[in-house]
Amino acid sequence: MSEVEALIGKPWHKPPFIKRPWLRWTFILGFIVYLIAAYITIDVNWYRVYEGLERGKKFVLAFTNPDFTTRSSDIYEGMVESIIMTIAASVVGIAISIPIALGAARNIAPLPVYLICRSVIAVSRALQEIIVAILLVAIFGFGPLAGFLTLSFATIGFLSKLLAEDIESMDKVQAEAIKASGAKWTQWINYGVQPQVMPRLIGLSIYRIDINFRESAILGLVGAGGIGATLNTAFDRYEYDTAAAILLIIIVIVMALEYLSGVIRARVQ
Amino acid sequence: MLRLEKLVKTYKTGDQALKAVELEVPAGQVLALIGPSGAGKSTLIRCINQLVEPTSGKIYLGDLELTGLSSGNLRRERRRMGMIFQEYALIERLSVMENVLSGRLGYVGFWRSFLRRFPQSDVDEAFRLLDRVGLAHMADKRADELSGGQRQRVGICRALIQNPALLLVDEPTASLDPKTSRQIMRLICELCKERDLAAIINIHDVALAQMFVQRVIGLRLGAVEFDGPPEGLTPEVLTTIYGEEDWEATIETVNEDEIEEALK
Repeated sequence: MSEVEALIGKPWHKPPFIKRPWLRWTFILGFIVYLIAAYITIDVNWYRVYEGLERGKKFVLAFTNPDFTTRSSDIYEGMVESIIMTIAASVVGIAISIPIALGAARNIAPLPVYLICRSVIAVSRALQEIIVAILLVAIFGFGPLAGFLTLSFATIGFLSKLLAEDIESMDKVQAEAIKASGAKWTQWINYGVQPQVMPRLIGLSIYRIDINFRESAILGLVGAGGIGATLNTAFDRYEYDTAAAILLIIIVIVMALEYLSGVIRARVQ
Repeated sequence: MLRLEKLVKTYKTGDQALKAVELEVPAGQVLALIGPSGAGKSTLIRCINQLVEPTSGKIYLGDLELTGLSSGNLRRERRRMGMIFQEYALIERLSVMENVLSGRLGYVGFWRSFLRRFPQSDVDEAFRLLDRVGLAHMADKRADELSGGQRQRVGICRALIQNPALLLVDEPTASLDPKTSRQIMRLICELCKERDLAAIINIHDVALAQMFVQRVIGLRLGAVEFDGPPEGLTPEVLTTIYGEEDWEATIETVNEDEIEEALK
């Protein structure tokens, strides 16, 4: 009783995350000092910025007057190449990702398989798309084949990891019930696991198609084909109006994909 | 029909969930397994169909010893043991029919089950069972559209379509209201009688157990503390199983007819 009375009438504060005050203040002051020091080291050539602003303004203004027609056949070819690259890479990447995801889920795969699949994922995720693309362009030469392989490879790391995590967090009892009926391993996956992760798989796949399309626009910059090559050429020629047209088309397609994925995900729940 | 010999389960954490449990269940007997949370009830029935691997001891189903079977033989034996779960454990995104037919997975090949082309006899039996529990019209509904009581009925059909000799029932009524609980317990017991099935029913509700079963096993800290008819559950016995409490209100003396009346 007396203990409670001592507390009554006093304000209450959430206990601080770091208990020792001197340590807490060292971190806070250290962070502020770091921010100031980091700011001082930024070396900006303001004259260069002023010159660049002029070019930037031209580029922004080009959006008010995009030129779809002058290079229309180049844009068309690049866009078709990008779309084909995206679809092919997504299909192949997703098909390879599913077995790897099953192997990378600790609750269904034995340890050796798990370690192998996790290493495949780690390698795929560690290598950034551009780096893979540069390597593959060096091996297979310029063109969409290198882009297709790059995107397939990147899809594996992305989809397998996220799908494996969804499998790991599935409802264990539902899967247990299928096991208890005497089902084989394949039947167990088909009945006990697949229905639980299907909405996530579909959602991730559509999201990945979206990412692959955007990436395909970047990969052209290092010679891996697609609309990116056309865009790069337009910049090199200072044809900002054509570049603006290409960017607008990319934005429209990405937004359309975004809308589509929303519709599909709502339906598969 | 089922015999457990010195069944021990020690988890990796060092917790001993079962301490040399001995149990014999004759064919056709329905028994309730009661005991406080953590007494090892769930572990016990999961050891029987090897969803949990026992540490030592033997399990005989008929004449066959179940521990240490190859995975193929274990799957064949699991078909003879139907299981009913606490939270129903239906595959939520599959239809009622698919859930019931999933009880036949031990009997059909992968491609048949993958393409959902089950033998006609299985489909007929599924409809007969669904009709028996009053859900034939729900066959194509998705499992997550059903109420708790309906889901548990589907769970019962899934277990029965295995054509088992033994039912393992894990807290069938834990997430149901009192009326539905009684209906589900009655249904399980009736079906066991119709098909001459033995059943082990884990149950928290002592009064409900007393109402429906012929034999009660009391489990405490992984050891059998009581084994006898439901009338044998005196306040003293319940105190040895659960610990000190006022048990008078728990022990039911109502008979079936009165309950029937109350439910109408």
